[in-house]
Amino acid sequence: MIKTEGLGKQFDEIRAVEGLTLEVQAGEVFGFLGPNGAGKTTTVRMLSGLIAPSQGKAWVAGCQIGVQDQLLRARVGVLTETPGLYDRLSAERNLHFFAQLYAVEHAQQQVERYLRMLGLWDRRAEPAGTFSKGMRQKLAIARAVLHEPQVLFLDEPTSGLDPEMARLVRDFISELKHEGRTIFLCTHNLPEADALCDRIAVFNVKLLAMDTPAALRRDLFGRTVVFHLASFQPQFLERVRAYPFVRQARQVDGKLLVTLDDPEAQNPALVQGLVEAGASIQFVGELRRSLEDVYLRLVHEGGNGGAA
Amino acid sequence: MNRAWAVTRKEWAEVFKNRFVIFTVAFMPLLLTAIPLIILGATGSAEEMTGLSSADMPPSFAELCGEMSGEECAQYFIISQFLLLFMLIPLAIPVTIATYSVVGEKTTRTLEPVLATPITTGEFLAGKALAAVLPAIAATWAAFLVFVAGCVALGAGPQLLDRLTEPQWLAAIFAVGPLLSLAAANVALMVSSRANDPRVAEQISMLVILPLLGLFFAQIAGLAIINLNLILWMGAAVLAIDAGLIAFAVQLFQRESILTRWK
Repeated sequence: MIKTEGLGKQFDEIRAVEGLTLEVQAGEVFGFLGPNGAGKTTTVRMLSGLIAPSQGKAWVAGCQIGVQDQLLRARVGVLTETPGLYDRLSAERNLHFFAQLYAVEHAQQQVERYLRMLGLWDRRAEPAGTFSKGMRQKLAIARAVLHEPQVLFLDEPTSGLDPEMARLVRDFISELKHEGRTIFLCTHNLPEADALCDRIAVFNVKLLAMDTPAALRRDLFGRTVVFHLASFQPQFLERVRAYPFVRQARQVDGKLLVTLDDPEAQNPALVQGLVEAGASIQFVGELRRSLEDVYLRLVHEGGNGGAA
Repeated sequence: MNRAWAVTRKEWAEVFKNRFVIFTVAFMPLLLTAIPLIILGATGSAEEMTGLSSADMPPSFAELCGEMSGEECAQYFIISQFLLLFMLIPLAIPVTIATYSVVGEKTTRTLEPVLATPITTGEFLAGKALAAVLPAIAATWAAFLVFVAGCVALGAGPQLLDRLTEPQWLAAIFAVGPLLSLAAANVALMVSSRANDPRVAEQISMLVILPLLGLFFAQIAGLAIINLNLILWMGAAVLAIDAGLIAFAVQLFQRESILTRWK
């Protein structure tokens, strides 16, 4: 549904995006993560037909960017970084205007549908300028999906929202995912990306890594198994380190942390070895690395290639 | 064209909720209608006007008076000064509306969502221009009709009324006026597209009235006489300027620069 080949964008001396090659499948929620100034918004603008790339090619919803931009814009929906609503106009009038621009059939039905879905129907006649930040964001999301786009670009959809409103927006994104839409999600909210995205790309001018969150964790950190022991003895650590498949082993707060590539296959041997060494194992679990750990390592190791 | 019309209607829905804009749109036509009527009313009853002959007018103007009495010729001379001021209406109103239209969307961050739709640059600018031009034309025509009705009510002579409805006036108000509106709207839209501050945009756009003011002062000084020929030449020139401005405005509206250079 989205395919880029060496996509790049240069603004005078500033290289905003460089050599971006990726593919997003239909129905996938794809997280696009990166620090401020990484080029995420520039990428979204290129992929939604708003600005032209300086290098490379891309296809979105069957349209080549820079060649079929008008058709492309009809097939995608964009939630911009700031909601950008007409404050003097009512919520309903805001949506009707965009329904006309997208040539939406049955505009009234669509407007009502999304205002109801996002809990704004009772406030439809009120000027958007009187809305809270969360309500404005919901109205902007309704605007982005009003024409039933095949691909949705969401730039920081929950930024600055209170937890309840952020949850509501996330639930709405999940509903869109279940409807089979392709969603390209730019966010700084890493738990949100972890929960919503099938795959993520970590990006800082250049693509740093791209895979499922679980695969990125595994590739970067391996999988760490935690052995809770009745009492820790130094020989347990030596025993564990003697196994060739153990990538790393350490003791933290009386627990034994062992990094493995394939815990399902390797754990039984470890447990047996520890028991033979006299360990009393109370509990075995897996230490789950956060996406934040993955992100921070990738960004710090990847550096910033933004300077030309 | 539906998209352009949608932009126009949205623009009106927004703009006419702003009392300052309503005041600006209404005030100038009211003022420029009231002043000549007041002068006409005052001169019609003034003793100083009796006994005037067309020989008392500038020679080039006296030729235009034809069979008019001296008083009527004097009244016509005074009123004809306002013909050009009437043409300020279709210049000033579009500037007021159009100047804010693009830079305003930049400041409220509504431009990017609009440009993310399938609307073309031509449709977007046409919608914005229509939103500025149509109220200006309506206000100009309404002001002129009120002015003619006022002249009748004040007892203007039949010769004077004939002159107010002669081709040069009708061409000026009903043809050149709309063309001037279009030119003013396009200039204002171009400035608005490039400006980052609405106040700067309005100040620059207002320069569009300078050529007309120049002509007005040239007429007062007797350097130019507004007749049908001049109006027709003016109409042809503005038509050509409009064509150039429309093409230039579309060229100048660079979506990418507008989106990426605006902070």
